[in-house]
Amino acid sequence: MNMGQALETNYDVTGQEGEQFLTFILAGEEYGVDILRVQEIRGWTRTTPIPNAPHYIKGVINLRGTIVPIIDLRERFNMETLEYGPTTVVIVVRAEHEDHDRIMGIVVDAVSEVYSLQDDNRQAPPDLGNAIDEQFVTALATIEEKMIILLDIDRLLSNAALQQIRPEETTQ
Amino acid sequence: MTIDIQQFVQTFLEESFEGLDTMEAQLLELNGDNPASIDTIFRAAHSIKGGAGTFGFSAVSDFTHGVETLLDQMRSGTRSTTPELTALLLEAVDCIRSMLSATDSGQTPDARKVADTAARIESWLDDSPARSRHPEPSATTAPRASQGWRIRFEPHADIMMTGNDPLRILSALSELGDMACQCDLGRLPPIETMDPEQCHLSWDIVVHGDIPRTAIESVFEWVEGECDLTIDEITAGEEAPGPATDEDTRSSPPPADKTENQDSATQVRQRDQSSSIRVNTRKIDALIDMVGELVITQSMLGELSERLQNGDPGCMEQLLDGITQLERNTRELQENVMGIRMLPISFAFNRIPRMVHDLSGRLGKSLQLQLTGEQTELDKTVLEKISDPLVHLVRNAADHGIEMPEQRAAAGKPETGTIQLNAFHQGGNIIIEIADDGAGLNRERIRERALHRGLISEEQVLSDEQLDDLIFAPGFSTAEAVSDVSGRGVGMDVVRQNINSLGGAVEISSEPGAGSRVTIRLPLTLSILDGQLIEVGQEKFVIPLVSIIESIQVTPGHLRSVADSRLLYRLRDQYIPVLFPDQLLLGDARRDRDLDHALLVVVEAEGQQAGLVVDDLLGQQQVVIKALETNFRRVDGIAGATILGDGTVALILDASGLMHLASRRTPDAPLLKRRDNAAA
Amino acid sequence: MKTILAVDDSNSLRQMVVFTLKQAGYDVVEAADGNEALSRAQSQNTDLVLTDVNMPGKDGITLVRDLRALPGYRFTPILVLTTEAGPEKKQEGKEAGATGWLVKPFSPEQLLSTVQRVLGEPSA
Repeated sequence: MNMGQALETNYDVTGQEGEQFLTFILAGEEYGVDILRVQEIRGWTRTTPIPNAPHYIKGVINLRGTIVPIIDLRERFNMETLEYGPTTVVIVVRAEHEDHDRIMGIVVDAVSEVYSLQDDNRQAPPDLGNAIDEQFVTALATIEEKMIILLDIDRLLSNAALQQIRPEETTQ
Repeated sequence: MTIDIQQFVQTFLEESFEGLDTMEAQLLELNGDNPASIDTIFRAAHSIKGGAGTFGFSAVSDFTHGVETLLDQMRSGTRSTTPELTALLLEAVDCIRSMLSATDSGQTPDARKVADTAARIESWLDDSPARSRHPEPSATTAPRASQGWRIRFEPHADIMMTGNDPLRILSALSELGDMACQCDLGRLPPIETMDPEQCHLSWDIVVHGDIPRTAIESVFEWVEGECDLTIDEITAGEEAPGPATDEDTRSSPPPADKTENQDSATQVRQRDQSSSIRVNTRKIDALIDMVGELVITQSMLGELSERLQNGDPGCMEQLLDGITQLERNTRELQENVMGIRMLPISFAFNRIPRMVHDLSGRLGKSLQLQLTGEQTELDKTVLEKISDPLVHLVRNAADHGIEMPEQRAAAGKPETGTIQLNAFHQGGNIIIEIADDGAGLNRERIRERALHRGLISEEQVLSDEQLDDLIFAPGFSTAEAVSDVSGRGVGMDVVRQNINSLGGAVEISSEPGAGSRVTIRLPLTLSILDGQLIEVGQEKFVIPLVSIIESIQVTPGHLRSVADSRLLYRLRDQYIPVLFPDQLLLGDARRDRDLDHALLVVVEAEGQQAGLVVDDLLGQQQVVIKALETNFRRVDGIAGATILGDGTVALILDASGLMHLASRRTPDAPLLKRRDNAAA
Repeated sequence: MKTILAVDDSNSLRQMVVFTLKQAGYDVVEAADGNEALSRAQSQNTDLVLTDVNMPGKDGITLVRDLRALPGYRFTPILVLTTEAGPEKKQEGKEAGATGWLVKPFSPEQLLSTVQRVLGEPSA
């Protein structure tokens, strides 16, 4: 079914209620993030590594003069990692923290669609096991029988997520 | 039309704070009666009071009124200047400052101190005969309903010499009610002898309406001494105007028109949060010129590139020339824009004379302060952040450095201790020195305390400089050591941290018996630094030039292994630790590398030196510092990031951070005193 | 367009006066002290002068005297800005040749109404 039909059958096209989400693919699963948090979508560029950072922080890039950290979501979710290539996509998002907002990029396999979602499409997340920490998931949505895992960007990219690894803690 | 005068409040506050500084500086210097100085102080107080009244700060206005009165008496000679009076005025300055700051920041001022000082000012004024207070509004009798007034207005001949125009007065009267007016030409001389610049006319006027007498009187307020005036009330039954023949009532001076000003202190004000800076217009003009040149260069380059595109081969050289010019233009522009944010360090110094004056009293020591280089400029943000450390260091010098007068005399020194504050430019930095001719650092005591606090071990042999530097170590200054004067909880370690966070460094040198000198080195700007580009593994880093002592090639045989975990290099007469940035920063396992002839960049931080092993030196350049904290967070060992010419990001190394990282990896042999080891 | 010369060493007060008068449609020339004011007056005739009394360099009263000596200012209305603490300044001002006074602190509305009384409307 194409996008237009999907929109007609499942939900209010005018999108007066509900929010819009950008969805992307990660290891065969589809995830969504609030479109208002998405700044742009880019291809992968080489990062400059940050010392003593968690393994899922690949480093920083130059985004038109701003230094932006890049987080690999596969690594964040402890999934198997992929080689970066010309199809690798980075979604640049704005995460809101207590002190100030941060612009960060997340590496995903591919970008999917933008959907408008009503509240009744959503349900609380069930136990997803250890695959993804539940605190990152705000809800599950169903669109055309597909399950979309809606992510909480602020929690995903929280201050705690960015903490340093002390060198004493790593094996030498 | 209501006009919002709140937009001028910011200017008023700024100029008032400046005025208070002037008052304070002049009061500190005041010895006895100095008319010029007292006049300056008076005018400053007068301005503040005037402005405070205008902009609605009635509390400040009322308080300052007493101060102004005292100063007026002093300047007219009816009151002589005494040290107690000066001291009271200095306290008054503090009060006004705190009241104005309170409106600015929304905090509450110290009401008790203000009330106390105001009461003391009052008591001083009470014993003086010349007592000028706010004129009490004269008792206004309830205006009775009035029918109108009959007025005889005879201006004196030279009324117009003061710019007063009788027509204006008549016109003002006509606005009060129904007016009928008759001109009396009786005094008009023949035209040959008439002086057109003189007034020869008089008027008989009747104004009908329920008008209070004060309204009529205020129309004539300015000319009361320049005319003969009669104002009579029209009682019921009277009519046409006629020359008034009853009493010759001279109009009495009307009470000063007092309107109520709202107390702005209680208003909620939405103020622009941005801070502002005063810039000399010359700097702005220079900038405009430079931008003009930039535009010319740009259009020239545009033209050349077009010609190039059209296949004109000859312009390659011109193109290169153009690029060089562009470089020059950009550099000039950059320097000048930086200059806009620069302010003289006198702004940071200006608190200090007052503080030394107060300390002198409190500590019972005789202190003198010498300031040099006050016009040395530095970046506004750096200036704001260096203020507190400077204050702390001067307090330290006064408290711990300078001895009591008896001790000084016994040591053959002049009883008055001198604290020198000096600032100058050196390279791309500003150097600030705080020197005192006191007792110098007591190295025995430092050693004892450092041992006691676990900062050093018994066997450790430390040079004099290293011992001295320990006073900056975290945990060195304890609660008992920090006296009331130096401020609880603010230790030298915080001073060093603050200065380091500005990209600067602080050191102390001392000569027992003779004195100490603290030297602060700060970059002139926070956003650009001169750096050495290096390559380590696949990555490029930038080391701030200010941290680099030298870059050398390892001389074979000068390397020494210690306990298999550390490497030392013999550099002339000392051994310095060798650090591997690739391990510390990139997490690379220790590579087997041939260190003979390897490149070593010798850096210095916190009185300690170390050598960094790098793979290549890639040249020096100016880099723009971008903070990692903007979208990430602070990283140990990293001072920031920059974007290189090729668009990639390079991290800027922080020498002291690297040394701390290395210390943590070799806990048995720390390079630097560990921060986490600080006893409470 | 009627022009007013405003003289006061307090930046904030002068700014307020200038702004208020310009908003009302008058042209304004400003000076921060007596000397600057006098030199402006020498090169330009204005329709009204407002001057503070306490200023560094040349004070307001002296300024009034000096202005009256200028041919173009013999009959120009000059108002001194006094404070309640100095009622004698009003007298001094008058003796120096001032037309009248305005008592500080004054509101913009008071300023305008006084200026309008003396000058009339902005457009000549």
